[in-house]
Amino acid sequence: MALFESLSERLNHIFSKLTKRGKLTELEIKAAMREVRVALLEADVNLKVVKSFISDVSEKAVGSKVLESLNPAQQVIKIVNEELIALMGPSNAKLEVASKPPTVIMMCGLQGAGKTTMCAKLAVLLKKQGKRPLLVAGDIYRPAAIDQLKVVGGKAGAEVFERGTQDPVKTAKEAVEYAKKMGFDTVVIDTAGRLHIDEKLMLELENITKAVEVTEILLTVDAMTGQDAVNVAETFNAKLNITGVILTKLDGDTRGGACLSIKAVTGKPIKFIGVGEKITDLEPFYPDRMASRILGMGDVLSLIEKAQAAVTEQQVKDMERKMRENSFTLSDYLTQFETLKKMGGAGALVSMLPGMGKLKLKEGDVDEKRIERIRAIILSMTPKERDNPQIIGSSRKRRIALGSGTSVQEVNQLLKQFEQTKQLMKQMKSGKRRLPF
Amino acid sequence: MSFFGKIRDALKKTKANVSTRLRQLFLKNKIGDAFYEELEEILISSDVSVKTADEVVEAVKEEAIEGKIKDEQFVTDLLKDILEDTLNEAPMPEIEYPCVMMFVGVNGVGKTTTIGKIATWFTKQKKSVTIAAADTFRAAAIDQLEIWADRAKVRIVKHEEGSDPSAVVFDAVSSAKARGTDVLLIDTAGRLHVKENLMNELKKMDRVVGREFPEAHFYKFLVLDATTGQNAYSQARVFKDAVDLDGIVLTKLDGTAKGGFVFSLCGELKIPVVFVGVGEKQDDLELFDAEQFVEGFF
Repeated sequence: MALFESLSERLNHIFSKLTKRGKLTELEIKAAMREVRVALLEADVNLKVVKSFISDVSEKAVGSKVLESLNPAQQVIKIVNEELIALMGPSNAKLEVASKPPTVIMMCGLQGAGKTTMCAKLAVLLKKQGKRPLLVAGDIYRPAAIDQLKVVGGKAGAEVFERGTQDPVKTAKEAVEYAKKMGFDTVVIDTAGRLHIDEKLMLELENITKAVEVTEILLTVDAMTGQDAVNVAETFNAKLNITGVILTKLDGDTRGGACLSIKAVTGKPIKFIGVGEKITDLEPFYPDRMASRILGMGDVLSLIEKAQAAVTEQQVKDMERKMRENSFTLSDYLTQFETLKKMGGAGALVSMLPGMGKLKLKEGDVDEKRIERIRAIILSMTPKERDNPQIIGSSRKRRIALGSGTSVQEVNQLLKQFEQTKQLMKQMKSGKRRLPF
Repeated sequence: MSFFGKIRDALKKTKANVSTRLRQLFLKNKIGDAFYEELEEILISSDVSVKTADEVVEAVKEEAIEGKIKDEQFVTDLLKDILEDTLNEAPMPEIEYPCVMMFVGVNGVGKTTTIGKIATWFTKQKKSVTIAAADTFRAAAIDQLEIWADRAKVRIVKHEEGSDPSAVVFDAVSSAKARGTDVLLIDTAGRLHVKENLMNELKKMDRVVGREFPEAHFYKFLVLDATTGQNAYSQARVFKDAVDLDGIVLTKLDGTAKGGFVFSLCGELKIPVVFVGVGEKQDDLELFDAEQFVEGFF
């Protein structure tokens, strides 16, 4: 489906018609930017933000020299990517600490953005940094919200301060007093989800910031938010002067363009991202990774980084040689899977790859247990079989299945998969199929 | 001026609704490429999918070629008709009793609140309702649902937090059958559609209802947050593949987001919108009305 076709593929398509090298012309840029525009809109970047962005980037791109090592499509992506990163930076902001403890962090946002869960995640993070966090139950409206904070707070090993359905402004004040007395150095206030246009409830948040000295006001935003993200962020920022943003639910398949819109209207840094339902699933925000995600190019940078950590240079050279000579064997195949495992689980990894995340996962290609089985199958082969899989006949298959505790079907499946991988490598080598980055 | 400054200014100027923007569009442009591009952008600004916006613009172009377009009112009416037709491509399901309704969706869209409101809606029609607390995952989700059940004065079937949701469904179905309950509402844990194991869990619950209560009319509703953007399509597609959806509940329409993504869900995926949520109170639920929705959209 066109929607998920990656931007680089589309740009390659445009530029494949243009053979001329050298400088990027205005016409080329214009054609390319139309695709960039669609990519950004499909990623939920606000239309106004897209328009300004495109006009700024076009100016910069016209006449820029095409680098030797890149084709024009890659060149455009490089420029767009760099501009996106620049806009979303600076990278990896930390939480501010009050000069006089306790540091008070107030969470805010729409309903269902994930504030309560995020409070527990922050508590875990703060504890890891050697701090003593106190969680404050300030959501008195949603049924059982206080219970929820108590449960997740308990999981995080953080004390939860609550005063039932008492006015949250008063509760916040008492909580800070309590923190001072009991030696908590950080206070995290959970607040009820509210619409930005709900004057009464917005006033409640303003009153909390007046009642206690707040160090951080963090707007929690669902990464799947659409065009309206600008209105939400703008209003929260105008009323509360937020200090940062937390983007949640990035473990889905959303491209997360709301992030760029929010940064554009508030100018405030995105401090953290939520990437799962476990209370440890909190990560710092990296603008470079987000940029490739918005462009629909997967989390290529994270991938490269992880690959670098897991694979030695020699291994890379060996692999390249093997691809060149087409002498890729089942032993190499196993090494690849083991590398995948080292890189933090195949599931996580594949989902970062552009355009292939869900599909591959659906086929069940790469779940952790399967890697174990593949490992068992390959290890049950003799070295000779691993180098020449074509000699594996039906009696050998039975032996391998028996030895690895699997079935002949699974052995067949693995051999087929291996053949396909080999074919794919051949195609890449002959340049029929371009790597997506 | 800085990039951010420009954006802020631009936003201030254009916090107008679709019809105001259409009016401005007519004042500014002759019908031509720039006109169509801006028309497309107006739609996309309300989270209409890029593809649907394209199709709508193409349809307007066709009319223009035949020389039918005279004024702004004509285009506005035409747009409304096209959009309403798109919504009507997915017919509303007829609700028959006894029925089971299962509510699914990603985290934080408002499933539990929706069930509370729908329970109230049915009791007002003098139907007997049972709620199944099959979100056994989220902390205090069961407590939250219990409060809603109290408010609506309906029965709730629940297990411990962390127990098997399919077992809750099984018990709730048995109980509903034994008591001859008209409506069984099943709350499920929020799950991102990309998480295969969680989607399998949902399929299992789906199977349990189908197997244990074949005589009931079984409806599966996807709950979607109106604030969502283009990802709504992906959510609907994957949930539909998993449990074959009968409809959509569109929540949080009381905000400033318009939920423009529903056009592609009705038009392409043929999933009708059935209910809309317009607030946090028990009565803040309405049956979806295509004409009204399109009016509100403009």
